[in-house]
Amino acid sequence: MQYKTNKLSSVVEWGTLLLTTLIVCFFLFVIIWEIVSKGASSLSWEFVSKVPSAGMTKGGILTPIIGTVLLTLITALFAIPFGVCCAIYLNEYAENNWLTRTIRASIRNLSGVPSIIYGLFGLALFVQALQFGTSLIAAGLTLGLLSLPYIITTTEEALKRIPNSTREAALAVGATKFETIKDVVLPSAMSGILTGLVLTLSRAAGETAPILFTGAAFYINGSSGYLNQEFMALPYHLYMLSTQHQSIDQVRPIAYGTALVLVIVVFLLNLTAFYIRYKYRKNEN
Amino acid sequence: MKTKLSAENLNISFGEKHVLKNISVSFAEHEITALIGPSGCGKSTLLRSFNRMHDLFPDAKINGSLHLEELDLYDRHVPVTEIRKRIGMVFQKANPFPKSIYENIAYGLKINNLPCNKEVVQKALEEAYLWDEVKNDLKMPATRLSGGQQQRLCIARAVALRPEVILMDEPCSALDPVSTLKIEELIKHLKKKYTIVIVTHNMQQAQRIADKTVFMYLGEVKEEGTTDEIFNHPKNEMTANYISGYFG
Repeated sequence: MQYKTNKLSSVVEWGTLLLTTLIVCFFLFVIIWEIVSKGASSLSWEFVSKVPSAGMTKGGILTPIIGTVLLTLITALFAIPFGVCCAIYLNEYAENNWLTRTIRASIRNLSGVPSIIYGLFGLALFVQALQFGTSLIAAGLTLGLLSLPYIITTTEEALKRIPNSTREAALAVGATKFETIKDVVLPSAMSGILTGLVLTLSRAAGETAPILFTGAAFYINGSSGYLNQEFMALPYHLYMLSTQHQSIDQVRPIAYGTALVLVIVVFLLNLTAFYIRYKYRKNEN
Repeated sequence: MKTKLSAENLNISFGEKHVLKNISVSFAEHEITALIGPSGCGKSTLLRSFNRMHDLFPDAKINGSLHLEELDLYDRHVPVTEIRKRIGMVFQKANPFPKSIYENIAYGLKINNLPCNKEVVQKALEEAYLWDEVKNDLKMPATRLSGGQQQRLCIARAVALRPEVILMDEPCSALDPVSTLKIEELIKHLKKKYTIVIVTHNMQQAQRIADKTVFMYLGEVKEEGTTDEIFNHPKNEMTANYISGYFG
């Protein structure tokens, strides 16, 4: 009897867990299916290589693609050096006192702040106080601020995984602390650091709220990509085509196409992270 | 014999914990000295104080004097990197750099501005009895070597800098008997050129390789002497009990 109930309860446990997993997968599948089935028809070489035309009812999405690429680049150029250096300081140099603990707790909390808050903060600081205006640089820096806590946290975690014996190995042959970090600790932690960087940037590339007030434009005619000017970006373009455009029904296929491109971009970035991890793991063993 | 390395009235504490109590001990040149004693007696702490590995821990308090011949190891004017170049170290668990075999040897040479070429690397690997096994794979990541080979690589890395002293912190504790014997052979061969201090938990190992033995207990040196004296005619009752396995 005892044996039977145990078996029954284990089947129930197993079934519940499996069912929740299937439900989650089902919704993910529906989202992907919806985007792929409705967006695939708009996808073509023209779609990604032509600028929007005829009130955005025709043409492609080259302008928002360029905007998103440049935006992500600025985010990376700003957030990676600051974030990685900050993580190195916190993990390798800072003593474990109340100040360090406060800094660390603040950074953890910042990663939980809603992205719209970053958008408004960017508007106040970069657009208005620093007089950058609504521009590529202001939006890039705002996204950089949003990315910093994630970069610091993932880099610090990667550094923490390096055992002290690795540091001692370098110190014991006469390396200074800086040489130890530069030549031994960072290379060992590189796969973890890069994975964190790519995942953070792929998240930043898909953000809408932080760029809403800081530089994303409804439509830009002609040349784009100047640091001090507004720009078009994929997530905002998608938002605009789905909710703000005057002939929504007409641009629906373009909206789905844009969504598909955005998903593909993020997917490729995630794939890059996966590849980096795989490559370094192979080297380590 | 000439004293190479010495500690006088050495006290070390980490925070509230008094780990080493009034240690005075000296190690003779071209000899192998084994530090033995139960876990937590302070052997490793003593060993690591000579190449200033405790500098990593801000709460470590070190009092007393430590010397490499006439050189005060804790003199503010002596760069710690210079001390670590002259006093090499091999750790309990082999910790090669995540680089190629060649780079593992070359790295220490480069950062110390020592001449670095294939001959120097080869010589270090030969001295560590590793050259024949790796001469065709110098570009291979060092982490692909076996545990025993990795540990010999770490020894090669240390001897490449031509140190005067090599500190070894239980270098064989993670190795199989065959690798252990190889490394013991190597250590005996190395004493012709270097002064060696080795921490070990293995009584047989101490008897096989050490000229002198120091027995420590609860942060104090209880007895020191030639290995023969310590193992065959211990004066201290505690030493006798420890080496015959009554505690530890």
